[in-house]
Amino acid sequence: MTLDLQTAFARMNEYCGKIGRPIQVMEVCGTHTVSIFRGGIRTLLPTAFKLLSGPGCPVCVTDQSYIDVVLKLVQRPDILIATYGDMIRVPGSAGSLETLGIRSVQVVVSSDDAVQLARKNPKKIVVFLAVGFETTAPATAVAIAEAERLELDNFCILCGHKLVVPAMNALLGGMNHRIDAFLCPGHVSVIIGSDAYRPVVERFGVPCVVAGFEPLQILSGLAEICQQLADKRPRVASVYQAVVTPQGNRTAQNLLTQYFEPYDGLWRGLGRISMGSLRLRSEFREYDAMARFGIEEVPGKEMPGCRCGQVLCGLIDPPECAMFAKVCNPDTPIGPCMVSSEGACSAWYKYGHSRSNPS
Amino acid sequence: MKDESKPILLAHGGGGRLTAELVDRMILPKFRNDTLSKLTDAAQLELESTSVSFTTDSFVVQPLEFPGGDIGKLAVCGTVNDLVVSGTRPVALSLGLIIEEGFDQNRLDTILASAAEAARQANVSIVAGDTKVVEKGAADGLFINTSGIGVRMKGANVGFDRIKPGDGILINGTLGDHGMTIMSLRKGIQFDSPIQSDCAVLSDLIGRLVDRLGEQIHFMRDPTRGGLAATLNEIVTATGLDLLIEETALPIQPTVQAAADMLGFDLLNIANEGKVVAVVAPDAVDRAMKIFRDHSLGRQAACVGRVNPRTEGAPNGLVEMVTRIGGRRIVQMPYGRDLPRIC
Repeated sequence: MTLDLQTAFARMNEYCGKIGRPIQVMEVCGTHTVSIFRGGIRTLLPTAFKLLSGPGCPVCVTDQSYIDVVLKLVQRPDILIATYGDMIRVPGSAGSLETLGIRSVQVVVSSDDAVQLARKNPKKIVVFLAVGFETTAPATAVAIAEAERLELDNFCILCGHKLVVPAMNALLGGMNHRIDAFLCPGHVSVIIGSDAYRPVVERFGVPCVVAGFEPLQILSGLAEICQQLADKRPRVASVYQAVVTPQGNRTAQNLLTQYFEPYDGLWRGLGRISMGSLRLRSEFREYDAMARFGIEEVPGKEMPGCRCGQVLCGLIDPPECAMFAKVCNPDTPIGPCMVSSEGACSAWYKYGHSRSNPS
Repeated sequence: MKDESKPILLAHGGGGRLTAELVDRMILPKFRNDTLSKLTDAAQLELESTSVSFTTDSFVVQPLEFPGGDIGKLAVCGTVNDLVVSGTRPVALSLGLIIEEGFDQNRLDTILASAAEAARQANVSIVAGDTKVVEKGAADGLFINTSGIGVRMKGANVGFDRIKPGDGILINGTLGDHGMTIMSLRKGIQFDSPIQSDCAVLSDLIGRLVDRLGEQIHFMRDPTRGGLAATLNEIVTATGLDLLIEETALPIQPTVQAAADMLGFDLLNIANEGKVVAVVAPDAVDRAMKIFRDHSLGRQAACVGRVNPRTEGAPNGLVEMVTRIGGRRIVQMPYGRDLPRIC
């Protein structure tokens, strides 16, 4: 249930008092990160309550190796890259798709646009950069189904899809023990259902609360987290009941199982996460750019000095990175967390460090 | 009089017979005034003061026509507004056309007619002009450049150096209407209640403001590219003062907000073409608001914030916003990559 402003703050203060120690809550989703900054929520929280931004921005968690593969693919004259917008600005080892001025890249707003691009360019092979979590992966599956139906042999994907829950497990399982609770993403939860977080609660004993993206919905979620921590009764809860069900969207889940299988893929900053990435099932090999062009996954080299990996794990705040707001800014981003509009560094730069919240 | 659809030819810009015909038939009748009709190489103007303001702007908006205006109207409004927000009464404009070969003559005629209408509303003459035609592919339909000169309005005294702590920050209406109209068109998004550009000449509105409040108007600027955020950041950069605005005070049309949300834009950063940000002495805020609201271009005017003193020890000024839920965040200078060819 969404609370009113006063009630949300009153509860947070009351429960934080009961908890009696500083708490750290991670918002997993990049859309939450942006909304928290835009709403000025951090400036209103009790002093003992710290928010950490998590690995929930698709562009940010895409490993350097993926970008390097893309930059290799665009060298081929027969390939046309179709991608969601922010990806073109992520620097690889030799520059980004944007700064290299590569013309064989088309920005699309949906996976279907990429299929249409393949139809209109029969002499080119369209490679769709399929990134994102459980929210965008079903759309990629639909695109492949459409390519099958149209018998398109010039469409394939470079699969970079990721799964949210394995990343939460990986964080709590070793990378960051400082997390007391998760604010779980609204959109992803619509697909996977709130029950998907039960194993996290059972294994690690941390509250997992799903919230929508309006400031009041977020505050209601944070108040629920405080209450659970004060009562020492962690559980899965949703303050976004109108759209999130315990079971999620079965149709979308079936699409994911039909076309993809989980494997131990690479995440930026988090390394290889057990069953944390998706790849196409072997029967869809012909749509897999890695198989089609015989590319091996080689771990990429991080930009020297870039601390996006630690930002993504909630281990540091962006201003703790020596490059933040100096050499790395939205005009000349070094790391992906500054590139993506949903990245923690970008949100921090655009809306953060106000007079009342010096960071 | 409109012909059947005829394309502009390279020869229309060649300076020969076709050029003369185009000027005689399409241009002179619309902008007719004594200075222009002489068709001299340079216009001669008698000005009442030797202190003149002079400005120029080029227009490359795409698409050329949009709800609320077209590139012709925009080209006149843009330059007129740059003059009036500087406390200048526009006297004369030039209008330069760069036309792509094959451009439809009827379409050009309509665009020139709306430029002429905007000039009439602004009570300014177009006294000089130029027409060039470039090969197909060398321009995108039509580009327009306008330059303008004017003399200081009586009583006007505006500038960064006149902004003081305590001043009110006013805007004459809703944010981002022009930019979101263009972006929605470009992205092919339609709305049940259509949005339209706020493109308008501000001469009359600002004339009244300056006439009645004179030196109590400390600063004015039209928040075009970069929107309100850019204008406010220009103020703090120039003055070192802090500005504080209130999110709940910002006038915003719900459909425009919906468009911005859908496309991932912040309306603070989006271009306006019929808006003025006025920084006004504290005791003149109420009167300025009344002057705005009594005018058809200021019905939704709002006082959105105030100027605060310099923060001790801070390296520079800062624009901060009190959010809807009472939190605070900074408002940054937008980095200008979001919106190409908006004007």
